[in-house]
Amino acid sequence: MLQFDSKGIYCSRADVYIDPWQPVSKALITHAHSDHARPGSKAYLCHHDTVPLLKLRLGDGIRVEGIGYGEPLFLNGVRISFHPAGHIIGSAQIRLEYQGAVWVVSGDYKLQHDGVSIPFDPLRCHHFITESTFGLPVYRFPEPDTVHEEINSWWRQNVAEGQNSVLIGYALGKAQRIIRHLDESIGPVYVHGAVDNVNQVLLANGLLLKPTIRVIPEHQKKEIQKAMIVAPPSAIGSPWLKRFLPYSLGICSGWMQLRGARRRRSADRGFVLSDHCDWLQLNAAIEATGAEKVYVTHGYKSIFARWLQEERGLQAFEVETLYAAEGGEDTDEIMSGTAET
Amino acid sequence: MKAFAALFTAIEQTTKTNAKIEALVRYFAQASEQDSLWCISILIGKTLKRQLKTADLKAWAAELAGLPLWLFEESYPIVGDLAETITLILPEASTLENHSLSETVSFLQLLGSYSDEQKKVAVTGRWMQQQPAERFVFNKLITGNFRMGVSRQLVIKAVSRHFGMEQQQVAHRLMGHWDPAEISLQALLMDEGISARHYQPYPFFLAYQLEEEPEALGPVEDWQVEEKLDGIRGQIIIRNRELFVWSRGEELMTDKFPEFTALPGILPDGTVLDGEIIPWKEGRPLPFAVMQTRIGRKSLTRKVLQDAPLVMVCYDLLELEGRDIRNEPLHYRRLQLERLLLGLNTPVALVLSPVIGCATWNEVRAVRSRSRSNNNEGVMLKRKDSMYETGRRRGNWWKWKVDPLTVDGVLIYAQQGHGRRANLFTDYTFAVWDGDVLVPFTKAYSGLTDKEMLEADQWIKRNTIDKFGPVRSVRPELVFELAFEGINLSSRHKSGVALRFPRILRWRRDKAASEANTKADLLQLIAAQRNE
Repeated sequence: MLQFDSKGIYCSRADVYIDPWQPVSKALITHAHSDHARPGSKAYLCHHDTVPLLKLRLGDGIRVEGIGYGEPLFLNGVRISFHPAGHIIGSAQIRLEYQGAVWVVSGDYKLQHDGVSIPFDPLRCHHFITESTFGLPVYRFPEPDTVHEEINSWWRQNVAEGQNSVLIGYALGKAQRIIRHLDESIGPVYVHGAVDNVNQVLLANGLLLKPTIRVIPEHQKKEIQKAMIVAPPSAIGSPWLKRFLPYSLGICSGWMQLRGARRRRSADRGFVLSDHCDWLQLNAAIEATGAEKVYVTHGYKSIFARWLQEERGLQAFEVETLYAAEGGEDTDEIMSGTAET
Repeated sequence: MKAFAALFTAIEQTTKTNAKIEALVRYFAQASEQDSLWCISILIGKTLKRQLKTADLKAWAAELAGLPLWLFEESYPIVGDLAETITLILPEASTLENHSLSETVSFLQLLGSYSDEQKKVAVTGRWMQQQPAERFVFNKLITGNFRMGVSRQLVIKAVSRHFGMEQQQVAHRLMGHWDPAEISLQALLMDEGISARHYQPYPFFLAYQLEEEPEALGPVEDWQVEEKLDGIRGQIIIRNRELFVWSRGEELMTDKFPEFTALPGILPDGTVLDGEIIPWKEGRPLPFAVMQTRIGRKSLTRKVLQDAPLVMVCYDLLELEGRDIRNEPLHYRRLQLERLLLGLNTPVALVLSPVIGCATWNEVRAVRSRSRSNNNEGVMLKRKDSMYETGRRRGNWWKWKVDPLTVDGVLIYAQQGHGRRANLFTDYTFAVWDGDVLVPFTKAYSGLTDKEMLEADQWIKRNTIDKFGPVRSVRPELVFELAFEGINLSSRHKSGVALRFPRILRWRRDKAASEANTKADLLQLIAAQRNE
């Protein structure tokens, strides 16, 4: 029912593309990150919570409609529905059913609960399309609660040492998750403009966020003290950071699991906090689908597909997509600085 | 190991020198004497004898994790560190137990006498008692090469702060061979009289490269100018009628240099010389390639000794008649050195490093520009009233090396790096044109900025033609300017040339592959060197 062609994942019967990387007439969008939600298509359909984010990213002029989780839509006999993916706010797995055959395109997803997005909903299917960003057994993420505690105690320690804390996380998703779990009794929380733009859209659409201060040029260096500053990856190494000196730099990303990645960023601290599945989550999610055929996209796809094939007895296929190149830096939630505006 | 792992974590979580020193001091404050000794020894880079095979470690870890070996093998280059890959892949500990650092070291050294099965039981048993941080440090002890983000200088500072000693004294005490299993902290750091450890070298004084024009150093008359030789920096010690030859890397090399065997009968007791050990014939240094024919050889035949005769070109005297004269000014030490060497009646393999008289900085420049044809690296500039300091310092000694040679090469192969370059294609092989064929002529690993490294990595992943194990061949399109210190003919290399210290100078985005240099250009560089 689904094909991978030069424009994206295509359902010819319903004549829709899912997360196309080239302009098409009808695009179903799993979530608003820039490698999945690209400009130029004539019409977009996504979850209600993704609509304002898509407008923020692609412009107010786009034609976009929202749909609720679990709400069916029929297109030429294909039953299409969106289900929580737990990746970021509004993120969805897209389920397609035709004559008893069920396909699920999971987009990006995680099984951990982040306190902001609606948790992943396991779906039974025959064909499952999965990402493999962290599809190696060396990626086993700690409990998020532990990580949030580490972040707060790092902040406290920085306050005690008379320095600010700059914490780097993707502007959409990671930043809100970080802010949600900060202990504001420690000090004020400042945000980069890119983060604030997302926050304002979410606030206007009814999401409850803790109060934060947008960093503006008028801020005097001496008024920013004991502060936590949440900023996107593009801020690393930029002069924008100078006003917060002295500060300690932390990065939140699944890549921080590896020492090499931590050291390369010359961050003071790496916090292992990801909106993707680790090794165990990927395996658990795939098992729960009951799917016989698994299509592995962006990440360590050849290794992960071989694992599913040889060790789990599934029919697994590697699929080329443009969501990200081969496993490594460019699939990095942290390195996708280009997505930030 | 908990405390040692915590020290490791604390050091890793800061880039500030002072915070690292404080973490070390905190460690010393709570550690037993044995643990402190081992900690110092490991941090200044002394390695333990490796008792376990990599293949065994991989197999045991994969088995414990319930994973096929191929998956471990695939993960390892992505992590870029064996100890870390094992740490991450193992299941959580079943019970927690804490062993001290010194106990862990003796445990590891005992493994050598175990059978393979006993080794497996012992090591996997430990793994399953450790939390990740301890497990990582434990694995690092097993695999050796323990780099912890602290320099020797930093360890010296921490020891001096904790034990209330002068830094210079600590530096001296930590030199040379000492075994934490056989020495007490008291004996290492405090016991009176160096006589008990008469083999001990002084810490070397090292120079930085001069980055500005020499005029900034003041009048040329204040400076002693010497050639910078390209040999092995060493220290010759004559004490108690015994000879010790130390390299700068603190390797005891006495046996490798039979040329110096006669010295104890000739030089007075209590003499320490600093200089460059270098192949030498007819009053001139031979190319460094000649030295390489001797290093690493187990038996030194008469022929080898004849083809590559060595001397020490001496440029400093650190101990005179048993007296440490490092705090005397250079002009005094130089005078004593001249008296000592020129007063010898017997021919010895010691040469006095010539001081080059220069009336102006331009004369120094001229000397420097002739360096390469003299088989030198450049010139050394030493302030005439300088003391002999410890470690690398700015101010009183400078090295002023010649500008490197350069050539434009085409990137043809790439491989993933280790450590902070793990999972990135950062190890490159470059080629030059031989007719219309590209012949590989050198590898280079360093020189790009982090940003360029990421960009090149992306490009390589998208432009791979073929994979041979970990090596990728890529489209021959990118051109890089490579710098190196010397070039020579070599029968061991496919291209017929060997470079000394190659590194990447810059990415030539302005050049197409067709504009890269040719093999003929390389041969011409060699010829030009000889004709100069």
